[in-house]
Amino acid sequence: MLNKNIYLILIISLVFAISFWIGFNVNLLPAEASINAPIYDELFKILFIIGLIIFIGMTIAVIYSLFKFRKRNDQIGDGIALEGNLSLEIVWTIIPSIIVLLIGLYSYNIYDRMGGMKELNHNHEMMSSNTEKIWAGISQTSDNEISKNLSIEVSAMQFAFLFNYPKGNFISGELHVPVDQKVSMKMESKDVIHAFWVPEFRIKQDIIPGQPTILNFTPTKVGKYPIICAELCGPYHGGMRASIVVEEESDYNEWFNKNKKPEVNL
Amino acid sequence: MTISIDPQKTNNESLQPKGWLRYFSFSLDHKVIGIQYLVCGFLFYLIGGTLASAIRIELASPMSDFMPRDVYNQVLTLHGTIMIFLWIVPVVNGAFGNYLIPFYVGARDMAFPRLNAVAFWLIPPSGLMLVASYFIDGAAQAGWTAYPPLSITTPQSGQIIWILSVLLLGGSSIFGGINFIATIIKLRRPGLKLMQLPMYCWAMLGTSLLVVLSTPVLAGTLILLSFDIIANTGFFNPVLGGNVVVYQHLFWFYSHPAVYIMVLPAFGLVSEILPVHARKPLFGYTTMVFSIMGIVVLGLVVWAHHMFTSGTPPWMRLFFTIATAFIAVPTGIKFFNWVATLWGGKISINSAMLFSCGFIINFVFGGITGVALAQVPFDIHVHDTYFVVAHFHYIVYGGTVFIIFSSIYHWFPKVTGKMLNEKLGILHFIITFIGFNLCFAPQHWLGLNGMPRRVAEYDPQFQFVNQISSLGALLMAISTIPFLINVFLSVRDGKDAGDNPWNALTPEWLTSSPPPVENWEGEAPLVEEPYGYGKEISEQK
Repeated sequence: MLNKNIYLILIISLVFAISFWIGFNVNLLPAEASINAPIYDELFKILFIIGLIIFIGMTIAVIYSLFKFRKRNDQIGDGIALEGNLSLEIVWTIIPSIIVLLIGLYSYNIYDRMGGMKELNHNHEMMSSNTEKIWAGISQTSDNEISKNLSIEVSAMQFAFLFNYPKGNFISGELHVPVDQKVSMKMESKDVIHAFWVPEFRIKQDIIPGQPTILNFTPTKVGKYPIICAELCGPYHGGMRASIVVEEESDYNEWFNKNKKPEVNL
Repeated sequence: MTISIDPQKTNNESLQPKGWLRYFSFSLDHKVIGIQYLVCGFLFYLIGGTLASAIRIELASPMSDFMPRDVYNQVLTLHGTIMIFLWIVPVVNGAFGNYLIPFYVGARDMAFPRLNAVAFWLIPPSGLMLVASYFIDGAAQAGWTAYPPLSITTPQSGQIIWILSVLLLGGSSIFGGINFIATIIKLRRPGLKLMQLPMYCWAMLGTSLLVVLSTPVLAGTLILLSFDIIANTGFFNPVLGGNVVVYQHLFWFYSHPAVYIMVLPAFGLVSEILPVHARKPLFGYTTMVFSIMGIVVLGLVVWAHHMFTSGTPPWMRLFFTIATAFIAVPTGIKFFNWVATLWGGKISINSAMLFSCGFIINFVFGGITGVALAQVPFDIHVHDTYFVVAHFHYIVYGGTVFIIFSSIYHWFPKVTGKMLNEKLGILHFIITFIGFNLCFAPQHWLGLNGMPRRVAEYDPQFQFVNQISSLGALLMAISTIPFLINVFLSVRDGKDAGDNPWNALTPEWLTSSPPPVENWEGEAPLVEEPYGYGKEISEQK
């Protein structure tokens, strides 16, 4: 009996060790290029490790049972008439409940750190009134810092994104943002539902006709990343892509001034 | 002594055709209807599988080069709709439910045999209509979710035929659900208590409650959508002031429970199969019953987790995260109980057992990614990507379809009186298991790294992994060959099975194989312990 327990403890620790090793050494995610990304990857790592422990554990249990309890040729009759074990069943109800609850609270914390629980705010000089209802999205800004954001208005249509820079009074097909600058986007669709997704930023928000949505983010790494439409929007859905260019502030200013249209005074 | 003649019975016997012709008739026999559901569902599975192969051929290269882009969208819409509404739902509910439930409750037929036949005969015309819509003006191309405004702006005839077809199939599903509830509650043999029923009855009771509660919501939603398309109303049309997110709420109020409509019956079937081949009682009967009912209740309040990126206030996201993740608890209980059922048994390693164990492994994997997807911050990145595609194929294919095959290996001797060939069966399992995992496991990585779902073209950096996935799909297509050969050979000259080849204790095995028209020659037996393995039975041998 003692021997059996030692084996069991050995196997369980081995499962944990393997899961932790894979969790920390196998990277399944693309580059981290926004403030959100490392927070997301932290959650991913924890869920990955817990998932691996459960999956490897269950797989071993099934394969072991098939091997150990397989019917040999000379055997007749049935297995043991075991119909249940109340304490065991209580244990495997309560432990998963606790794990699930802890994961839920932890992901709530992650979501809060991403700015998901904040009131949705947006700063736009071009906005007609403050009473316009903002539907949904992720906001990382509180009221008092809102003026420091770079405001961009995104419109999506079959099958392109257009980025309007209200301060420069111009529209671009490529999104340019300075690194480490909070960006606040108000998005609206001209036709069907689209979605704005940058995998390297770990953010996504649907762009809905008739209801503006908000998406705030802060890029942290210079580079060019794809913007992908993630909601089926018609035949050319797969081709509906754009690029986001994250650049040093000086490069951004140069690009901005080159495209800026002069104010028209009548 | 007076002999009472049931007029309906004599009527039935004289009018019902005999032999193979009865499978093409308006038969009222629940066993015939069950087989009609199964064969019809399998034919649609072959069509849906062909469409899946077409998708994987298109995705073997990063360019859109195999078919036109709008045809690709029609193919993916038809693939999803056919696999869900014409293969999985009718087979795990209609086919096995009709065949087994009357045996399990000790009845001679379902509560409403005519309604039952009507429910089946709605399926072939609506399925044919759906497939035929491709040849009219192109099939629907807004995905099986048919989100407006895309579904309003794409060609109308395909979308309207799609709506009509899904409405008929939903109607069939509701008729079936009412029938199962009535049969399980009211048609039980005298002396048979609810807590003595085989687990599949409980699963079907829970499933039917979900069908009856949620399918009408889908029907209503689709009727409103059809008004928007043909009568220019503005329920979901933003141009006319409609709200597209309301459609998503209504759609998912049915379509999330639909996942449980597809997996709960599979949970029931595997609970019948494992004890027989492990020669052990089902572990934890009572907790199994409560966990089914727990899944039913929770399953109704989690729909908005499909909409984390569309437009839901933060508090709502939090509620749906916790509710969704908690479904893992009753589901987990069932999986622990199945492993405990295997533990200490005398397990026959046969095709039915292997498919059931494959189901446990695949479904645990799909369940784990499901708990991860329930977390809002996790979902925001992977929503509408191949990660989600992989997740739900692990649930509905790795889960339910594996159980459909397991059930076919288990009940084939009951239906035909012949055994299936075990060597071909094990070959079928090995190719399916490898092909399935090769096809869908890599798709998790694709989703995490930036490949959205429902695209015909993608970033060339994903080509290699997509080709692995397509190779897996090819293996899955090949795996149906040994299965079909096996079925055709065994129906003709398979080994004689006898009445009860597995020495099973559930009631359907206590009559001849194949069973007579009204199930039992005499009285239906009272089976108080459907899982009493290792008790008296072992002393008899």
